Amino acid sequence: MKVKLRNPDREVEVAGGRLVRMVLDELGVNPDTVLVIRAGELVTRETRLAETDEIEVRPVISGGAAR
Amino acid sequence: MKCRRCKAPAVIEVRRHNAAYCKGCFLHVFRGQVERAIRQWRMLDTDDRVLVAVSGGKDSLALWDVLLDLGYRADGLYLGLGIGEYSGRSAEVTRGFARDRDARLVEVDLSAEYGFDIPTAGRRGSRSTCAVCGLSKRYVFNKAALDGGYDVVVTGHNLDDEAATLLGNTLRWQTESIARQSPVLPSRDGLVKKVKPLHRLSELETAAYAFLRGIDYVVEECPLVAGNTQLRYKDAMNAIESTSPGTKAQFFLGYLDRGMPLFTTGREVELVACERCGQSTTGRFCAFCRAQAQILGRQLATGDGPNDVAPSDDRQVADELSDEVLPAEIYATRGADAGP
Repeated sequence: MKVKLRNPDREVEVAGGRLVRMVLDELGVNPDTVLVIRAGELVTRETRLAETDEIEVRPVISGGAAR
Repeated sequence: MKCRRCKAPAVIEVRRHNAAYCKGCFLHVFRGQVERAIRQWRMLDTDDRVLVAVSGGKDSLALWDVLLDLGYRADGLYLGLGIGEYSGRSAEVTRGFARDRDARLVEVDLSAEYGFDIPTAGRRGSRSTCAVCGLSKRYVFNKAALDGGYDVVVTGHNLDDEAATLLGNTLRWQTESIARQSPVLPSRDGLVKKVKPLHRLSELETAAYAFLRGIDYVVEECPLVAGNTQLRYKDAMNAIESTSPGTKAQFFLGYLDRGMPLFTTGREVELVACERCGQSTTGRFCAFCRAQAQILGRQLATGDGPNDVAPSDDRQVADELSDEVLPAEIYATRGADAGP
């Protein structure tokens, strides 16, 4: 399955047929620091992904000077 | 995973509450947290004229969206920082948000108004890019609010921002900065009241809110911010949070409840008008005017007094920046801490 990563934008292929948290673990991503988006919808860590799914892993951390 | 409130399939998990929510219930809970913060800290009155500092990022646009939804008279303020495509995209989404909601957006361009942009300031000044950016925002937010007759400036600082700042100040025992880290800074002597209604909500929650509301926001990080100190503190807090959910909230909200009174002295620094621009400061010229003069290579002193263009000491600048920038950021080494 395809995973779109951000900052910088890139795409990687990983095995599907498993839970979101397992994919994040393989990618070394802390689940509390990203939104996971599939077909325009948010999915939780316990969602099972299919081999044909495409997901976006979108970071939520911002920093630096005050907004 | 089911929604805690209605048992429908969940779309977002909030581990520190040991809960998950469907879209509708999450939006309800999110707004409730903002309302609770506003009520608990008496941040806003319904007839206040509110100026929301918006950057185009998830936090400030989510905040503006909630305040408009709750019926506040909330206008937006966008400060153009001149950071290439990043600023261009930020302005575009902010204008689009205002247009879609028929909301009023005040725009200030740093370069047009004050003669420098943030990349130039980072190259020419003695302060780090993040420090001069925070200083410029603080200055312009207050000035725009005074000029426009607004009662309060609202910023999108979230729980992660506040916890990281408190961690940084605590690691250095910056006791005066710790004492000032309140979700409400009351108005006084030319300083407009400033509030942070998102301080109970994490970055994950503000991002989820923005996404679920269909808000187009800038996902890309500021290209000048990479590797800064606050991001490292956030990483450290997130590492703890991943094994002990709720630590960030206990740290910051616990500080507000039980820690802040221990640091409050009741002493207030006397404020006077900056001789150049008239905004409140503790010295002859305000930190912004000093930074601007240094960046533009100008003299500040007008006659008989000493020229005050030289950089202030770290402590004085830290005091002036207060909650905006961690003291460690002020004179950060360019490259490692300040970005390009």
